[in-house]
Amino acid sequence: MTAKQKSDLTYSDITPKGTYTNRRNFLFGLLATGGAVSGWRHFSNWMAGPATGSVPQKLNGVVKGPFNTDEKITPENDVTTYNNFYEFGTGKGDPSQNAKNFRTSPWEVSVEGEVKKPFKLSMDDIMKIAPLEERIYRHRCVEAWSIVVPWIGYSFSHLIQKAEPTPKAKYVAFQSYYDTRQMPLGPEAGIELPYLEGLRMDEAMNPLTLLCVGMYGETLPNQDGAPVRMVIPWKYGFKSIKSLVKIRFVKSEPPTTWNIAAPNEYGFYSNVNPNVDHPRWSQAKERRLGEFFRRPTLMFNGYGEQVASLYTGMDLRKNF
Amino acid sequence: MGSSVVNSVLTSKWTKVVVFLACLIPAGVLIWRVTQGDLTANPIEFLEHWTGDWTIRFLIITLCVTPLRKIVKMPQLIRFRRMLGLFAFFYACLHFSTWVGLDRFFNLADMWADVEKRKFITVGFAGFVLLIPLAVTSTKGWIRRLGGKKWQWLHRAIYISAILGVIHYAWLVKSDEHKPLQYAAMVGVLLLWRIGVWVRKKWQQQPVTRSVRPDEPTTAETA
Repeated sequence: MTAKQKSDLTYSDITPKGTYTNRRNFLFGLLATGGAVSGWRHFSNWMAGPATGSVPQKLNGVVKGPFNTDEKITPENDVTTYNNFYEFGTGKGDPSQNAKNFRTSPWEVSVEGEVKKPFKLSMDDIMKIAPLEERIYRHRCVEAWSIVVPWIGYSFSHLIQKAEPTPKAKYVAFQSYYDTRQMPLGPEAGIELPYLEGLRMDEAMNPLTLLCVGMYGETLPNQDGAPVRMVIPWKYGFKSIKSLVKIRFVKSEPPTTWNIAAPNEYGFYSNVNPNVDHPRWSQAKERRLGEFFRRPTLMFNGYGEQVASLYTGMDLRKNF
Repeated sequence: MGSSVVNSVLTSKWTKVVVFLACLIPAGVLIWRVTQGDLTANPIEFLEHWTGDWTIRFLIITLCVTPLRKIVKMPQLIRFRRMLGLFAFFYACLHFSTWVGLDRFFNLADMWADVEKRKFITVGFAGFVLLIPLAVTSTKGWIRRLGGKKWQWLHRAIYISAILGVIHYAWLVKSDEHKPLQYAAMVGVLLLWRIGVWVRKKWQQQPVTRSVRPDEPTTAETA
């Protein structure tokens, strides 16, 4: 297990009172069900003092990045209270409630597989790989709603260069953090966890593909995938994996969570495509949060100029 | 005696008023949340889920009436069944009109395409349409016009509506089937109870006696 949780007493956030109460309720729940061993672990965690649930911090030295849309940015409050992050519950409002106490420090991302030499990155390392840019992207969920978000990060290709993948590396596999002690609702999500995602190497190299550490001028809130996530704006939102702990360069197409859950509904590529419907609903239109009328969905979410060439000759109906 | 108190409460017209007002609470909470702007970042979806949830809940509550009055021996509970059923229809109407008026903004072509193409919408739409004749014929006049037996058969359509409602919900969700399964279990138990009663009745009834027994209700009281 990467990113082992330890109490980090140097982290200076103040834990809100409600948080303590939640922890206590949870502790008592566990004890009552007779999980004495794991209960003790929770108890000692609880006794260890201030929980390190992170609060977004201002990010300095962020420069304007390329590919910015000039569409109206979605209010931050919508982007932080309407989330799909099944590790913290399947309701849209669950993650903002249940991820409050999620510990994102210390954090470690393992880079491994078909690379010259595997290594691990701390958040400090990640922040230094390339200058942080603000990228205002459209973000289109497979559920037919969309948002416009000012992400902060840099092209994932910078990390690929640092990783020095071998010629055998054809795909990149991603894995999210998962620990049922911090994510007790995970086992009830109805999908296999830890969450897995993947990209073809050329997709991962595309400059649009963002390694993201912040949004709205600050570090990522927990419910939006703190402390580091991917953002792939021409694909449905679930491809943009959150709370990243593992990046593995591999030879063949890696398994991905939603594809495992329902292979006929969610493909490996999952490019935004208004012409290929989800089996249960239409993808032709979307509801931009904050707007009343549905708007037409754009091919590749409007990023065709940058990415259409990646798929020339491919049948996007088959490779949905 | 305690039972006479229960009886007078159950038969009081004020109890009906209280139940009526209680049934309006979900709508009241919704209106309150509208005035507070507390409808999440996706208000239309929120309205759809809220009204849909309460439709299924009221269908289940309505289906509880008959088993409850038999099990706890409170036949007076029948007084509330029509009202509860009509509230299920009321919330179904809110649900349907949210979809028509807000989600699809009266785009008939769009909606019909969905009804045809999307299984979960087809099923939900069918469940809603089935409730319409039940709401229309819920009056005493219609019971008389149709006759108890026929009326009762017609109103068994609520079983199908409840099943369709649960399927509609189960087919909508992406992976977490907990809530639809809970509803399915409740509807399942309520329908199995009815099947059990029916089987026992068949068992006890001698094939020759097709006449109405004295304890068998002659009006529409057993649906």
